Amino acid sequence: MADVATLLSSTANPATVAPRPTAPTLPVSPALAPVLPDGLRRGSTVAVSGSVSLLLALLATASDEGAWCALVGMPPISAEAAQDVGIELSRLPMVPHPGENWVVVVGALIDAVDVVVARVPARLADGDIRRLAARVRSRGAVFMPFLTGRAHWPHADVRIAAEGGSWSGIGLGYGRLRQRQITVSANGRGSAARPRSTALWLPTASGGIEPYLSQPLAAVV
Amino acid sequence: MATVWCPDWPVTAARMTSGAPGDAPVAVFTANHVVACSAVARSVGVRRGMRRREAQYRCPDLVVLPRDETAEARCFEPVITAVESVVPAVEVTRPGLAAAGVRGPIRRFEGESGLIDALWRAVGWLTEDACQIGIADGSFAAEQAARLGRIVPAGESADFLANFPVSTLSAFGHAELVDLLQRLGIHTLGGFAALPAKDVSMRFGPAGAWAHRQAGGRDDRPIVVREPPPECTITVELDTPVDRVDVVAFSARSAAERFISGLAARGLSCACFELEAFTDNGEQLTRRWRHPGVLTAPDVVDRIRWQLEGWLHGMAARGGGGTDPDPGDRPTAGITRLRFVPVETVPTGAHQQSLWGGAGEAGERAHRALARVQTMLGLGSVVVPAIEGGRSPLDRTQLVPWGEERVSVREPARPWPGRLPSPAPSVLIDPPRPAKVLDEGGQPVRVSDRGAVVRPPRCFGVGNEAPVAVTSWAGPWPVDERWWDPATASRVVRLQLVDVRGRAYLVVGDMSAPAAPTWHLEGVYD
Repeated sequence: MADVATLLSSTANPATVAPRPTAPTLPVSPALAPVLPDGLRRGSTVAVSGSVSLLLALLATASDEGAWCALVGMPPISAEAAQDVGIELSRLPMVPHPGENWVVVVGALIDAVDVVVARVPARLADGDIRRLAARVRSRGAVFMPFLTGRAHWPHADVRIAAEGGSWSGIGLGYGRLRQRQITVSANGRGSAARPRSTALWLPTASGGIEPYLSQPLAAVV
Repeated sequence: MATVWCPDWPVTAARMTSGAPGDAPVAVFTANHVVACSAVARSVGVRRGMRRREAQYRCPDLVVLPRDETAEARCFEPVITAVESVVPAVEVTRPGLAAAGVRGPIRRFEGESGLIDALWRAVGWLTEDACQIGIADGSFAAEQAARLGRIVPAGESADFLANFPVSTLSAFGHAELVDLLQRLGIHTLGGFAALPAKDVSMRFGPAGAWAHRQAGGRDDRPIVVREPPPECTITVELDTPVDRVDVVAFSARSAAERFISGLAARGLSCACFELEAFTDNGEQLTRRWRHPGVLTAPDVVDRIRWQLEGWLHGMAARGGGGTDPDPGDRPTAGITRLRFVPVETVPTGAHQQSLWGGAGEAGERAHRALARVQTMLGLGSVVVPAIEGGRSPLDRTQLVPWGEERVSVREPARPWPGRLPSPAPSVLIDPPRPAKVLDEGGQPVRVSDRGAVVRPPRCFGVGNEAPVAVTSWAGPWPVDERWWDPATASRVVRLQLVDVRGRAYLVVGDMSAPAAPTWHLEGVYD
């Protein structure tokens, strides 16, 4: 019986013991450590732009370790792409069309879910932005506004963007899309004030994320 | 605590109403399966869950009776009243099983055997001597004691329970917990009780903690986080006095749901509640109902039916031993008011948590918030992705509405020839948008019957945008489906394109009219 007792206590899952927030930061994939050395800090706002794959890769490690990530107002996302990068699909609820209730829905989810990703609508009142930011800080969630086109989020703690993108494995009528090399850069306020960037394979041939230097180029078939 | 257990109560009740002789083998059936059988029938081999034909094969004289739950409640009502005359504050779990706290009455009757005698005299003739009484600490231990007909001295319940198998807990809805304990090598309640309570509570939540307390034979007042606030008491007023049980139950349905959801909104689930029924003339019947496990709104409505069935149409007590029936027991007017009062609550999140990870408190919070969002925006507004089988990336992503059971239509693990290799496009265009995939002559790219691209694509544009140059492309991946059915046949071809800006797209061309193909954008490798 003593063995079972030690087994029970040694595999303690902190999420069931303490109330939220359980840990001050959510983990990110090691490939993203150069741009997010501290992971995703709870209570912070991380604005993402440039690539949906990058967004999914940011959620992957946290989701795999038990975090709930909600997507609001995002375009349809391939379940395969999400699963290949490491997200746990059963903990990825999506609200594709919040309509006029965008602020209410995002607010309700910030109270309850670990990470809230939302595509920012074209017109958003400044007061709403400030109130959401305050709510994010007090509830200890991570808010990730996804910026497309000319949308902007003025008070983000970290701004992450993907640039460039060259696919390899595909030729003129032969091969197929195998992997893409992109550059991810981050800047922001406080500890993220110094701009950082890193080169990544995103996605790799199996749909994951890897640092650029480590992987040899796959042979073109 | 003392528990009065009437074994095979459905049989006793059915026999009382149908008048079958006492020593005949009787079995009660629902949906052609045995629900309960008398001792005589059991001795010749009839068992619960058996099909009717097999039961009759084993016992040709078997008296077959249908199950009548209202009759069970009605016939149990005098039993409850009789027990109440000996000990106050009876808590009923279901017709056939009632319990009461007995610390005071034991003193009054000078000992446990005196109390049991009194109960027996009150109840025995009503149940045709087919009842057993047990005393122990806590309702769980008392129920086990009643099944053996024993008195467990105070403080010795833990030893009494120690040798019971853990499967005893599965009757209370802890099947997963029992399964897990057996796999861990714990087979007795004593072994389970020996685990540290803190660890059990951490692993299994409040439900597991309750089971742990029961196994340890401690007093089973559940872990109450806070007293249920008075707003949780719901009162139902009926406009006109009603004396038909089903009408009352129907009118009280929405109130029962409000009662349960009011408690759930505070994170509580009811373990014991009082149901008070008032008639037009001021008569009142209050009864406590204890329910192990999760109490749902249909359970509350069932208990309304049982309580009123017994009261409104209660059986007149038959002659012989015991007190004469009090004419004041039956109400003289219809029911006008019902009140639900929570007496004991347990925190919800009394869901089983798995040993390694699991939904836990974070999952509960997320569930509630998503249900609220779905209520606000409508059914289908919240979805969860799942992988489905199929050849196109759109087919392979299934969006399951929140709260619904995921039903897989196509098996994802099958080979699905014709599907594109990974990586999958991260953004899907649903429905696919018309696109221009043009060769150097400015014509839509055509694919020959042999599956070869006639002239390579040179520029690509979506909708009304100006086409941009294509720097590399791959394919075609032809898919010729259901050629045998002209109505649903489809011949499509997929290409991957990379434009000058470095963005990659997945386009699908409909080749059903090979001379005039139509192209659509299906996915973006964003």
